[in-house]
Amino acid sequence: MLVRARALTKRFGRFTAVDGIDFDVRPAEAFGFLGPNGAGKTSTMRMIACASPVTEGELSVIGMNPATQAREIKARLGVVPQTDNLDTELTVRENLEMYARYFDIPGSVARSRADELLEFVQLNERANDQVEPLSGGMKRRLTIARALINEPELVIFDEPTTGLDPQARHLLWDRLYRLKQRGATLIITTHYMDEAEQLCDRLVVMDKARIVAEGSPLELIERYSTREVLELRFGDAERASLDGRLEGLAERVEVLPDRTLLYTDDGEKSLDEVHRRNIAVQSALVRRSSLEDVFLSLTGRSLVE
Amino acid sequence: MSAATAPPAQASFSDSLRPATHLFHRNWLVYKRIWYRSLFFGFLQPFMFLAAMGLGVGALLAHSNPNAFGPVGYIGFLGPGLLGSTVMQTASFESTYPIMNKIMWGRNYEAILASPLSTRNVVIGELAWIGFRIASISTIFLGVLAIFGIARSPLALLAIPVAALTGLGFSSWLIAFAATQTNDIGFSWVYRLVINPLFLFSGTFFPLTQMPQPIQVIAWLTPLFHGVELMRGLILGSLDLGAAPWHLAYLLSFFTIGLILADRSLARRLAS
Amino acid sequence: MASLAGVTTRSGLGRAWEVVWRARRLVERNVMVYRHQWIVILSGVAEPIFYLVGIGMGLGGLVRTVPLPDGHTISYTAYVAPALLATAAMNGAVFETIFNVFFKLNFRKTYDGILATPMGIGEIAVGEMLWALMRASLYAVTMLLLMAVLGLILSPWAVLTLPVTLLVAAAFSAAGLAGTAFLRTVQDFDIPMGLIVMPMFLFSGSFFPTTGFPPPIQIFLQATPLFHSISLIRGLTTGLLGLEQLWDFAYLVGFFALMMVIAMRRMERKLIK
Repeated sequence: MLVRARALTKRFGRFTAVDGIDFDVRPAEAFGFLGPNGAGKTSTMRMIACASPVTEGELSVIGMNPATQAREIKARLGVVPQTDNLDTELTVRENLEMYARYFDIPGSVARSRADELLEFVQLNERANDQVEPLSGGMKRRLTIARALINEPELVIFDEPTTGLDPQARHLLWDRLYRLKQRGATLIITTHYMDEAEQLCDRLVVMDKARIVAEGSPLELIERYSTREVLELRFGDAERASLDGRLEGLAERVEVLPDRTLLYTDDGEKSLDEVHRRNIAVQSALVRRSSLEDVFLSLTGRSLVE
Repeated sequence: MSAATAPPAQASFSDSLRPATHLFHRNWLVYKRIWYRSLFFGFLQPFMFLAAMGLGVGALLAHSNPNAFGPVGYIGFLGPGLLGSTVMQTASFESTYPIMNKIMWGRNYEAILASPLSTRNVVIGELAWIGFRIASISTIFLGVLAIFGIARSPLALLAIPVAALTGLGFSSWLIAFAATQTNDIGFSWVYRLVINPLFLFSGTFFPLTQMPQPIQVIAWLTPLFHGVELMRGLILGSLDLGAAPWHLAYLLSFFTIGLILADRSLARRLAS
Repeated sequence: MASLAGVTTRSGLGRAWEVVWRARRLVERNVMVYRHQWIVILSGVAEPIFYLVGIGMGLGGLVRTVPLPDGHTISYTAYVAPALLATAAMNGAVFETIFNVFFKLNFRKTYDGILATPMGIGEIAVGEMLWALMRASLYAVTMLLLMAVLGLILSPWAVLTLPVTLLVAAAFSAAGLAGTAFLRTVQDFDIPMGLIVMPMFLFSGSFFPTTGFPPPIQIFLQATPLFHSISLIRGLTTGLLGLEQLWDFAYLVGFFALMMVIAMRRMERKLIK
């Protein structure tokens, strides 16, 4: 196990951010923490990264104890935090080279690694620019490059694509994918279900300081949701007169403020039945189940408020 | 032919005054919350210098060189000098960071410029505010000097408008400069290479006759020196009537040129 | 970094040295930043030079001499110069720590990134202090050279001024670090600057002896770190050394230690949550 947590707890005064969670992260896997903002993901990440002391419970990172061996752990860790904390007084390249020096990496090695990483995150053209004027996506890429400068065994990504445009997101996913292929172990926290589905081999679903489910994306969907979802939107008049008319159409019905979700194994068939019952719909959509649906069924809320 | 109105007539003077008063009012509202702090430092610092240098160095002089400053003593010489330097420092502070911040982050300037009125109103508004601040600080400091027994003649009151003129001179030039800046690096240089040397070499702490000729000539070209000479003359009742008009002329032209520069600079910056 | 209680044991001292050794990376970082802005650092020496020429020589021409408590008199310029040196060391140290550290701590989140590496809070604090020491010694050397050229160095003891300046800078940068952690907004700077640094500058025997004040006030004025810095450095450049200078030295060492403890505690609380 690269990371092992048992009954891991973090409290700030009377507020419990992480409430006795257990999880294991295996080497060379991409492990995800999926949950809405405030679920406790970042607090957990900070404990793993030895940035925040553990309140209660056991935590071992790369076989070591964060309370006593923080420095050794950090030497083998890479962290991409939620908010960028790049050194704005240095250029792009200087950020990488200086960071390497904090790890006692010799100057020449630092320089060559910086070159490689700038290539990897496609920032070589901006190597001598100041950090401040870079776009959000570029800063995030630089932060990732920086997190890799010490060739870490374990890399933590805390909400890596939050606030980025779709193009930047996909570029980042691609980089993370390649990282995985190189054999690194990744821990990713996110509140985007597509990100979790795309990147993670296994994940845990966190909500309100606890883990509510764990498994691979496919396992979770199979266990907590149906294969397909029929999304229906109704006009106000029709909605008011819906009582009971949706009975028996699906395994589970979830009524959201703006649409109604019918969980079934065959969406088209259910849609036909809806028409047959003369229920007037404004729009209908049949799609596959996602982790969003898993979360919804586990907690009754959606991932993104 | 559409019912288009004729192009807006050139704004009347009283019209142009209104946004200036908005600026003044807004500054006053902001200031009301922090007045104690800035008055504290616009007053406490010169007061400390006066007490420390005036009394401390004065005691040394009494011992080694008793007649160096005549009947008024060193503290009499120093007092008006400190008034001048305080005015310069207050004007500098008000005209650098706040202006740059308002240009870069504030909305007031945008609002004014959305109207048919010009950046001139911004300049007038800000200078009016700074002038008000300088006048109030000068009045208080003059009171302190009176308590120390330094201000002797009723002419001393004229030092207040002179102080305002001196300060506004600095303000106008600094506003012109501030309008070209996007960060505070330029300001650090101005403080380091202009404000601080002027603080020391404008006849504040010692008569410039103590310095070699080249330095005296340079000082003659700078505004604080003239302001200090006038203020000292008025407060101590020792005004040199021959030189006074020249000092005044210098201050007036310095301010006027600064005004034009500020107007142009701000217009250029806000138009882009 | 291990708790400070551990420093007193032998292995604790070893660990403390390790922290100092690792802290050199923070110095390396600052050098990298200022590589292109060295002129900013150089210009910091302008202020003490202006004061020396202005008040030291300009006013000195009128004041001429200063009587010292033990009966000696020295020229006003030779009296003021060492005080300006001490003040330059103080300002260099205090401004570097307060302004730059404050911004790195609160706005630029620079330290958060660095803390994800094997660097700890101890290394950061010590590193910033080492940097402040380097700047302060630059100013001190410049002032000493200037004083030598102007004939204001009256004793070979002046050589010790350099190590003493390091102590002064260390003490004040520790004090700056300790104070920085208490500041929340940029406006909060006014208070330590105006109420502590400025009065201290004026009343610590820079421009006139404190002996002119009534004894109760004298005691108060002589309790400040700047007073002792000036007293010690003036003693070295004028060669007028006595028991008082030993006491100055002890005071500075104690002050440094106290400020370090406070600074470490405060920074720890700010950065580790």
